[in-house]
Amino acid sequence: MTSSRSALSIYGEKAIEWLIRICGVSAIIFVFAIFFFVFREGAPFLTDEKFSLWKFLTSTEWYPTSMSNIRYGTFALIAGTLSVTGVAMLIAVPFGLGAAIFVSEFCTGKLREFLKVIIELLAAIPSIVWGFIGLTVMNPVIQTVFNVQVGLNVLNAAILLALMSIPVMVSIGEDALKAVPDSYREAAIALGATRWQLIWRALLPAAKNGLLAAVLLGVGRAVGETMAVLMATGHAVNVPHSIFDSVRTLTATIAAELGEASEGSPHYRVLFLIGILLFTITFIVNLVADFVVKGIKNK
Amino acid sequence: MTMHAQIQPAPQFGETPFTRKKRRNEMIAQGIFAVMVACIVIPLFLIVGYLIKEGVSLISWEFLTTNPTGGMRKGGIWSALLGTFWLVGTSLCISAPIGVLAAVYLNEYAKDNWFNRVVNLAVVNLAGVPSIVHALFGLGAFVLFAGMGRSIIAASLTLAIMTMPVIIASTKEALAAVPRQFREACWNVGATKWQTIWRIVLPNSVSGILTGVILQVSRTAGETAPIMFTGAVFYRKIEEGNLFAYGLGDQCMALSMHLFTVTTQVTNAPHALPFAIATVLLAFVLLVNLTAILFRSWLRNRKKW
Repeated sequence: MTSSRSALSIYGEKAIEWLIRICGVSAIIFVFAIFFFVFREGAPFLTDEKFSLWKFLTSTEWYPTSMSNIRYGTFALIAGTLSVTGVAMLIAVPFGLGAAIFVSEFCTGKLREFLKVIIELLAAIPSIVWGFIGLTVMNPVIQTVFNVQVGLNVLNAAILLALMSIPVMVSIGEDALKAVPDSYREAAIALGATRWQLIWRALLPAAKNGLLAAVLLGVGRAVGETMAVLMATGHAVNVPHSIFDSVRTLTATIAAELGEASEGSPHYRVLFLIGILLFTITFIVNLVADFVVKGIKNK
Repeated sequence: MTMHAQIQPAPQFGETPFTRKKRRNEMIAQGIFAVMVACIVIPLFLIVGYLIKEGVSLISWEFLTTNPTGGMRKGGIWSALLGTFWLVGTSLCISAPIGVLAAVYLNEYAKDNWFNRVVNLAVVNLAGVPSIVHALFGLGAFVLFAGMGRSIIAASLTLAIMTMPVIIASTKEALAAVPRQFREACWNVGATKWQTIWRIVLPNSVSGILTGVILQVSRTAGETAPIMFTGAVFYRKIEEGNLFAYGLGDQCMALSMHLFTVTTQVTNAPHALPFAIATVLLAFVLLVNLTAILFRSWLRNRKKW
C-alpha cells in the first residue's frame, strides 16, 4: 500500500500527526505553565521571615506600602471577593435559571432565536465596558435610589457581575434542560400537568446537576472578574457590613497595584501569591463543576 | 401561547376550582419568567442605547484616524484602535492554528482514556482561569522569563493562551458535526487518517471553525486585564494613517485600556470622550459577534446532512 506514496508524504504525515499531538496536549502544558510561572514569581516570598501564611489569609490589614509597618493580610480582600460574588449570585441564580427555563420551555421559534442571540451578545460585552457602566451609570442611580453617599459598592459590582454571569448560566442551564428526555415531558403532560407543574415536578429535579454546574460556572466567572469590579467596588480595603459598603476584591488589588510594585519587591511577590490563591479557587470551582456535569453524562 | 392551549383540559369537562387554580399558577409562572427575561434583555438595549446617545456626537472619521492629543483629552483614538487590531491579529495568528490542531487531536485522535480526560479537564480549566491570573502569567513567562519585555508579542501570546479554549471548543463542535460515515467512506478507499482529516473532515467543518475564530476576535478585542502589564501602555503616539506603525516588539495602546485610562486616570476629560471610546469598542465587539451568529445560523440552514 505504502509503495505508491512518496517518502515525503509518509514522513510529512508523521510530522503533522506529531504536531497535532503536541498541540492537543498544549492545554495541559499551558495550565501547568500558568501555575509554574505565577508561583515562580511569588514563591521566593513564601520563605521570607516576614511572611506568615496564617496572617496572609486571616489578617484584615492590607498595608503593602506602609512606611513604618508593612502588613499583607488579604482577609478583607477575600471578604470583598466573596461578598460581591455572593450578592451577584443571589441576583444571577434566580434570573439566570429563570431565563434558561423560559428560553428552553416557554418560548419557541423566532422569539427563542431572538432571545438566544440577545443573551449571547450580552455575554460579549467586554468587562471594561461593564466597569465603565458601573462607574458612570449605576453609581448615580444607586446614590439616588437608595439614598447613600457612595454608589460604588458591593451592590453596584454585584449587579454588573450578575449581568455578566447570567449568559453563562442561561446557556449551560438551557443545555441541561434540553438534556432531559422528552419522554419526561410527554409523561407529565399526559397526566394533565400544566407547563409549570411539569417544570417544577419533573424537569428541575431531573436537570438539577446541570443547573448546579451552570451556577458553579457563573461563580467561577464572577470570582475571576477583574476590570468591572476594579471600577465599580469603590476600591476600599474593608470587610463589608452591608451591601452599600465599598470593598476591594482579590482581582482588583492585583490589577491596581501591580503597576506600582517594583519588580522583585515583597509587595510584587505578594500580588503573585494572591494570583495563586485566585488560580486555586477558580480551579476548584471549575473542577467541581466539571465533575457535576460528568455525573449527569454517566447517569 | 399556542403551547399553553395544548395542555389545557378540554372545555367540555368544565372548570373546577382545581383546574382554575392550576391555570392561574401557570399564568403566574409564565409571567414571572417573562419578566425575568425582560430584566436581562432590557439592560442590553438600555446600555447600548445610552452609550451611543452620549458618545455619538464625538465619533467621526477624524476621531478614528487621529492620535489622542492634549493629555488624551482631545484628538482621536487612532493609536488605540490600531493597537487593538494588532493585538487581535497577532494573537489570532498564534491561537487559531494551535487551537484548531488541538481540537483535531481531541476529536479525531484522542482515545477515551484517563490521559485525554485530563486534557479535556485542562481545556475547561484554562477557560476558567481569571484574566488577571493570565496577566500575571504573561508578565512572569513572556515579559520577564522569555525576555520579550512589554511588547505586542508578549501581550498577544497572553491573549492567545487565554482565548484558545474558545477556539478549541467551537472547532471540536464543528468537527463532531461531520458525520462518521464521511470518514468511513474515505478510509474505505484507502486514505490515511490525516488524508481523511485534510480532504474530508476539515473542508466540511471549515465554516464552523471560522465561526469560532470570529468569536475569539470579539473576545480578544475587549480584554483589558491581560494586556495591562504585558504590552499595553497609557499613551503612545504613532504615525497616522500607517497601518504598520507598530512592530511586534513595540508597546502599544489598546481601545479597552484607553477607555480605562480616560475614565479613571485622566481628569477633566470631555464628558463624551469615554462614551465615544466605549461606543467604538462595543460596536466593534458586537458587530463581530453578530457576524459570527448570523454566519452560524446561515450555516445550519444550508447543511445538507
